[in-house]
Amino acid sequence: MKPPPFRYHDPQTLGEIVGLLGTLENAKLLAGGQSLMPMLNMRFVLPDHVIDLNRVEGLSYIRESGGALEIGAMTRQRDLEFSDLVASRCPLMHEAIQQIGHRQTRNRGTMGGSLCHLDPSAELVSVAAALDATVTVTGRAGERRIEFAEFPRAYMTPAIEADEVVTSLRLPLWPKGHGWAFVEFARRHGDFAIVSAAALIEEDENGKIRRASLTLGGIGPAPVRVREVEQALVGQTAAAELFGTACEACRKLDAMADVQAPASYRQHLAAVLSRRALEAAHARVQGRG
Amino acid sequence: MGETRKIIVTVNGTRHEAEVEVRYLLADFLRHQLGLTGTHLGCEHGVCGACTILFDGRSARSCLMLAVQANGHEILTVEGIAPGPDKMHPLQEAFRDNHGLQCGFCTPGMLTTLIEFLRDNPDPTEQEVRVAISGNLCRCTGYQGIVAAALDAAKRLQAAKRG
Amino acid sequence: MPPPGPGEYRGRIEDPPLLRGTAQFVDDIRLPGMLHAAFVRSPLGHAAIRAVDAAAARALAGVHAVLTRADLRPHLLSEFLAVGLPSPSYKQEVDRPALAGDDVAHVGEPVAIVVAESRYLAEDAAALVEVDYEELPAVADCRAALKPGAPRVHRNGPHNLVAEFDMGYGDVAAAFAGAAHVFHESIWQHRGGSHSIECRGDVAVYDPLEDRLTLWSSTQAPHAAMRALGAMLGRDENRLRVVTPDVGGGFGPKLVFYPEDVATSVAALILRRPVKWIEDRREHFTATTQERDQFWEVEIAVDGAGRILGLRGALIHDHGAYTARGVNVPYGAAQTVTLPYVVPAYRLEVKLALTNKVPVTPVRGAGQPQGAFVMERLLDRVARELGIDRAELRRRNLVPPERMPYATPLKTRGGIPVVLDSGDYPKCQLAVLDRAGWDSFPARQGAARAKGRYIGIGLANFVEGTGRGPFEPVTVRIGPSGKIHVYSGAAAMGQSTKTMLADLVAEQLGGDRANVTVTTGDSAAISLGIGGFNSRQAVMAGSSAHVAALKVREKALMVAGHLLEAAAEDLEIAGAEIRVKGAPTMRISLAQIAIALAGAPGFMLPGGAAPGLEATEHFVVDAMTYANGTAVAEVEIDIETGAVAIKRFVMAHDCGRALDRTIVDGQIIGGVAHGIGNALYEWMGFDDNCQPVTATFAEYLLITAPEMPQIELVHQESPTPLNPLGVKGVGESGVIPAAAAIVSAIEDALAPFGAHIAQTPIRPAEILALIEAGRRRHADSL
Repeated sequence: MKPPPFRYHDPQTLGEIVGLLGTLENAKLLAGGQSLMPMLNMRFVLPDHVIDLNRVEGLSYIRESGGALEIGAMTRQRDLEFSDLVASRCPLMHEAIQQIGHRQTRNRGTMGGSLCHLDPSAELVSVAAALDATVTVTGRAGERRIEFAEFPRAYMTPAIEADEVVTSLRLPLWPKGHGWAFVEFARRHGDFAIVSAAALIEEDENGKIRRASLTLGGIGPAPVRVREVEQALVGQTAAAELFGTACEACRKLDAMADVQAPASYRQHLAAVLSRRALEAAHARVQGRG
Repeated sequence: MGETRKIIVTVNGTRHEAEVEVRYLLADFLRHQLGLTGTHLGCEHGVCGACTILFDGRSARSCLMLAVQANGHEILTVEGIAPGPDKMHPLQEAFRDNHGLQCGFCTPGMLTTLIEFLRDNPDPTEQEVRVAISGNLCRCTGYQGIVAAALDAAKRLQAAKRG
Repeated sequence: MPPPGPGEYRGRIEDPPLLRGTAQFVDDIRLPGMLHAAFVRSPLGHAAIRAVDAAAARALAGVHAVLTRADLRPHLLSEFLAVGLPSPSYKQEVDRPALAGDDVAHVGEPVAIVVAESRYLAEDAAALVEVDYEELPAVADCRAALKPGAPRVHRNGPHNLVAEFDMGYGDVAAAFAGAAHVFHESIWQHRGGSHSIECRGDVAVYDPLEDRLTLWSSTQAPHAAMRALGAMLGRDENRLRVVTPDVGGGFGPKLVFYPEDVATSVAALILRRPVKWIEDRREHFTATTQERDQFWEVEIAVDGAGRILGLRGALIHDHGAYTARGVNVPYGAAQTVTLPYVVPAYRLEVKLALTNKVPVTPVRGAGQPQGAFVMERLLDRVARELGIDRAELRRRNLVPPERMPYATPLKTRGGIPVVLDSGDYPKCQLAVLDRAGWDSFPARQGAARAKGRYIGIGLANFVEGTGRGPFEPVTVRIGPSGKIHVYSGAAAMGQSTKTMLADLVAEQLGGDRANVTVTTGDSAAISLGIGGFNSRQAVMAGSSAHVAALKVREKALMVAGHLLEAAAEDLEIAGAEIRVKGAPTMRISLAQIAIALAGAPGFMLPGGAAPGLEATEHFVVDAMTYANGTAVAEVEIDIETGAVAIKRFVMAHDCGRALDRTIVDGQIIGGVAHGIGNALYEWMGFDDNCQPVTATFAEYLLITAPEMPQIELVHQESPTPLNPLGVKGVGESGVIPAAAAIVSAIEDALAPFGAHIAQTPIRPAEILALIEAGRRRHADSL
């Protein structure tokens, strides 16, 4: 299990990355390496070129700007985990991060790497879907923004062109006082979730749900925003029965099957975890009633 | 041999200049080029944790890094944990005294992982220790001796700090 | 602090290099000129090989050889690994080839060895070897394999039945005919791989000066490997040496001799360069032997009070594609079923079926966990049906202490009577029930259920055959340096074997373990050796070490008495010297005695002693000594997800005299972890074409620290009369009852749903299905 031969490039600037992507055939971008490196070691991917992003300046940052959190693509999961800004302004991500892999993998794994690997149960991918994030990519034609809903093109395939690189993620923030929860079911601590549910809730002073976001990971080829449930909740008064009833809709979603779990089990978990996430999010709503 | 690069890397405080093949894994570089064979390979797909090293003070799986990526960086391996040939680190002593190892193959990764963890969490709970080593597989101990050793080491390190 | 007392932990001599990263595992060996091997392996479950084209691979710069079976042939007396243990029950011989010939019978079967300047290059070249396969039908299910018309696992084989035997005694038909109750169970049991964190590995070195081949191998059985390799290469034992460096865990499969060991050795002979092959994890999943599926159809006959009258059934065992060890896994399973209990009549028909998968050989426990699981499932069933407390039912049936030694009518696979030598099984069960709060559990369970929480408790008894004979030699030798050198045929792979031997020898020879060196796992250091498996090292090698050390002690004292002109009984050995008690100036060092016994030309040896201060002991005992224990597990089920959390696991065990209780605890806890994995996590899956579907650590789940409960142990010590130390083996104890106790607890937690579990592993989706089925039954009954 050793990587196949390839040419190695370690650009220092974004411009150099784009230049390399524009000229090299069959190139792979190496970010934190927590997904690409196992695939190289197993020779599941055989790139002619590896472009290492770890020496590029200016792609690692976490900042708040215009009601959104902006995160550089090379920001390590570990830095997100320990960011006070993330913890206070984007608690959903803070909770999700704790459930990603292990300390050794979070120390290396990056925001952009998770997004581009696009594992259907990856926590950060679900958070991006839950928050209606915008992905910024840069290519030869310059910079463009992709709404997250348009970002997954197919199973583990982002809608970016061969000459483009993800540079940042913009996560619109929910107002202070919103409720959040990231709940997942994995066989062991740190495993990819079989199913995960990310919930966000905003309520008015009477406990009426003003806005809701529910995202399921591990169900479809990419995270699924469950609009049917979201719509069923808005305008209603938050309550356990409401969540329970609304989340039954999750059982009808098309679900994947693999060696870890059959589709029917995923559908069942989708309903259970959605309800649990919404209940937990509701319990965290501040300033109601 | 394919493409190579010259790298300069500091391992356990010693500066090394070396020519490495660009596809060479960091773990293989440490083991076979520097002869630091204490870093073990148990799965080469980033799950077992035996190859854990500290990269600029942060734990990382050296099977998921290229040697060339270490250029200009500092690495600590299991060989660099003990303060000297006659003295072991309190964490190593705690492993010995709590029977925290049997075959010892996972031990280097456990030690490096816990060096970082105890540095950042000097007074952990048992559950926190269990989560801290959740990315390290051990097939011999059932983890019980390892958890006991980590908790014991935390006490020893605290006591040493109090002096 | 006072020095450690008997049985107390004093640290291990193995630890310092392991903790400092200076230990020497096989992949740590670096030799000048060393080359690296990778294997071309079958990607198919069953195929004919039409052609192998290695031209492109051979042409790659840095590649030294690509060898197929035809290339090995001139160097081999035999092209097959004939290593199966003897048994009269074989129906056909299916030995593994050194490399595949005209066909392949499982994914991962080695077809060619590629040797290159680096492992990287070897893998590059292996990918260039073109093998033209004609895919053949593969057989994945061992039950289907035995059906008429099933495709054959080997296209030229007669059928898929590799062996068949009956085990049992007594008038089973009469027992069932007269029974008040008979209950039947269909049980599927799966166990997976060993997954020592260190995979296998070899370094083969040919020394033309001495015409000697040395194979450094991560093996549990170096002497057996030496004999197997010698037979295949036609090389006598003076020109062949197998050595084990530090071994990073074994757990069974490393006791097997493998095609890679042969191919690497032949490559070194051909190339006259050291050749290293280190198995990677992907290879370990497809080329290292494993345990797998057993399907049991069993029934139990009991009287009105739940006393066992008889037990009978049939077992179909997945053997894999070849015989790599023998019939021992199903034999061990069949022989374990009844052991803790008085079972008047027993009969099991056992069939071993070929499948197109990597061969099955023992993994920690070697069939015993499956045997115990079957018995304990049947007893839970009886208890439930008859409304008897599960522990009380077992108490009624356990072999009572007053019947010890208890001669069962069973025989081991070597034909030796199974006699339970010692132990108090009911007391052991009672001890763990007290510790676990068994009697008060129903109240706690009721309170939890009232809050919507589903907790359950379960128990399992086991008796483990340990210390498989006939012997394990130990030489104790004091050299002119005064150092005590211990050589054993035992093999160490993490069980603290060196510490155990050093302490047993030091106990007789001065008490200073620092004065003792221990060499294990080297075929050149001692002529015979059986190896490390079957919970046998402390029993067999420990006993030999003890007796050999006593002999050396006796001789040293005799010679010292002669030289000091004192009676031997007035002498004591302290550290590296012998002195007259009460007269510390009258002393002589062990080194001086060793030198005296090395002889001087023309002079008599002191005291008429035989030459040399050394003794070799082959403590021979054919009968196994039987350890026992009881495990109690407490679980909580999330009935919405099917997740199982093990809240508590308490185990009482009796391994006779514990030489070091901390090390004993470590062995048991490690075994329990493995057993929990078997109960809940580990599953080696194959699809219908025999493609493995769980061949990474992301899919094949080993338990990690957060899932492990803190294991509580209760010690009982019933020394065995079968060896001078009174010790019984312990290496596999923890694994044997674990799955049975956990499944019992899960079933108990799910009693409101009428759940009935007859399988391992049991996974969340399956638990959820049981809950939903229970709800449907409940709804239907309304």
